[in-house]
Amino acid sequence: MLLTVVDEQPGSLDTLGMARTIGTPVAAVAFGTAADGAKLADELVKHGVGTLHLISHELLTDYAPEAFGEALAQLIARLRPEGVIATGDDRGAEVMAQAAARARLPLATQCVSVTGGDPWQLTRIRGGGMLLEDAELTAATKLITVAPGAAGAAEISEVRAVDECVVEAFTPELAPELARTRVVARTTRGDGVSLATAEVVVSGGRGVGSAAGYAVLEELAGLLGGAVGCSRVATNNGWRPHSDQVGLTGTKISPKLYIACGISGATQHWVGCMDAAAILAVNTDPEAPMVTRATYAVIGDVHDVLPAVVAEIRARAGPRR
Amino acid sequence: MEVLVCVKRVPAPGAKVPLTEDAQDIDTRHLGFTIGPHEECAVEEAVRLVEAHGGHVTVLAAGPPEVAEQLRYALAMGADRGVLVDTGAAELDPEATAAAVVHAIRTLDAEPFDLVLFGNESADAGHYQVGIRVACELGLPIVGGIKGIDVDGAAGDRLRLRRDVATGVEVYEVPLPTAAAVKEGLNLPRYPTMPGRLKARKAQLLTIPFEPAAGGLRKVRLRQPHDDREAAIVLGHGAAAAPAVVDVLEELGAV
Ligand SMILES: Cc1cc2nc3c(=O)[nH]c(=O)nc-3n(C[C@H](O)[C@H](O)[C@H](O)COP(=O)(O)OP(=O)(O)OC[C@H]3O[C@@H](n4cnc5c(N)ncnc54)[C@H](O)[C@@H]3O)c2cc1C
Repeated sequence: MLLTVVDEQPGSLDTLGMARTIGTPVAAVAFGTAADGAKLADELVKHGVGTLHLISHELLTDYAPEAFGEALAQLIARLRPEGVIATGDDRGAEVMAQAAARARLPLATQCVSVTGGDPWQLTRIRGGGMLLEDAELTAATKLITVAPGAAGAAEISEVRAVDECVVEAFTPELAPELARTRVVARTTRGDGVSLATAEVVVSGGRGVGSAAGYAVLEELAGLLGGAVGCSRVATNNGWRPHSDQVGLTGTKISPKLYIACGISGATQHWVGCMDAAAILAVNTDPEAPMVTRATYAVIGDVHDVLPAVVAEIRARAGPRR
Repeated sequence: MEVLVCVKRVPAPGAKVPLTEDAQDIDTRHLGFTIGPHEECAVEEAVRLVEAHGGHVTVLAAGPPEVAEQLRYALAMGADRGVLVDTGAAELDPEATAAAVVHAIRTLDAEPFDLVLFGNESADAGHYQVGIRVACELGLPIVGGIKGIDVDGAAGDRLRLRRDVATGVEVYEVPLPTAAAVKEGLNLPRYPTMPGRLKARKAQLLTIPFEPAAGGLRKVRLRQPHDDREAAIVLGHGAAAAPAVVDVLEELGAV
């Protein structure tokens, strides 16, 4: 049996497709109350999953990485599944690593494909997508997380709905001290355009030249309803806050359009923007990797090109814009 | 406050990531190395915490003897002591790395640490688990993705930890001793000063040899990702390209 960790997040059930490429039967596991379980079971029926193991405990009513991981480790000890598959978002990765550590099992993270058998043969991404690693995973129960975005790509071939998804309740034994790493407060971000979700990102690197130089990027982003991004050089120079940084150690984005201004295209930056549907590079160097790998390029100085683009947009919009 | 920071030596490739002939590693003959950016912020945070609250910063790196370079960089940033866990040249799987770090911490156990910092994931292998495995083995609490650390409580015996999530910010309050896995953006790391570098160059590192057993994840080979992008369409040069650019923006529905 394979267990897939699911929740109410959109895309969470995508991992079921990946699980089916490894083997069957596939059961689901989720954290939550009986009401959460009933709601998820209704969804799982459509996805052909006949069993949901529902982990409930008073220490699990808000996110707590240690308690979640311990609870999952206990369920693994109880069911002894062949493998457990979870989404590799921040929380999924953290809970699986906690479970792996507590169950003393190996864990392969950031997987993009897996072939069942013993050992499992898998491919995982390294360096945020810089390289692929083929690897073998040997364990009584094999734990993997799926690289964000990779699960949705797996062929979900002819899933037949089942009549019923049985909810099996599981109550772990959790030491009260595990509450020490529970969320105690939250703040919610304002509504403005965020780098992670913006459809257009106007991003600047060393070629922008100074903090003040970003004014024209801000102006263009404003006209396009987008967000401003930057390279690590801009962050390290104190030109932009780290929350603007695109790349391996910044934010990985997939906008419809990425406008890279004065950014050379080092791999650590590239892996953060390579999922953009289109990339426009503005750079003085026609040989810069960002220029050669972009969809469109303009060869020139950021501070010549961008003001002209802003003026052209305003001119086409008419005198009142 | 006694703080331990675990750092990794990682290659710093440019636009291309060359591989060795046996496809086991990045070919680093022509590359520089660096401390992982998450861990560089961890070192900076540790130095600031000790500047504010007293104590010492110990940096630890597991790997080949060359990790001394990254330990010395951390010493130049203001860490007090460097510990080199010599595990040889071959890359370790994450269980083996965790075992090496645990072994070293137990060897150093004379002064227990109040805080053990890790990077959230290494910049090269990115296994997302070494810090959690070490904390678990040592019975320490740990939270990952941390971008803010404040010492809290009247007795200064708790930490308030913040991390970014899709919807905003989550706050945790953990008792010391604790571990935390941090991300770049926690702070802006300082550049080492000249006197700092000179002192670091002369510092004695403590070397702990260790040969960990292999874990259950075995690397078979590395590969370059497939890239079938076509060459860019050059829209023009300088300001004169603006009309062509706006045509494209209109085509893409961006204006
Ligand atoms: C482990 C690790 C992690 C990293 N993580 C990240 C990350 O998350 N994000 C990130 O961005 N980087 C990251 N880096 C750094 C990365 O390797 C590069 O150093 C960085 O991306 C370079 O930034 P840049 O392109 O702005 O600067 P440069 O590489 O210096 O490029 C500047 C570009 O601007 C062009 N230019 C100069 N002047 C002008 C002008 N007036 N008009 C137009 N073009 C001009 C130049 O031709 C050049 O192409 C990481 C590095 C390491 C080792």
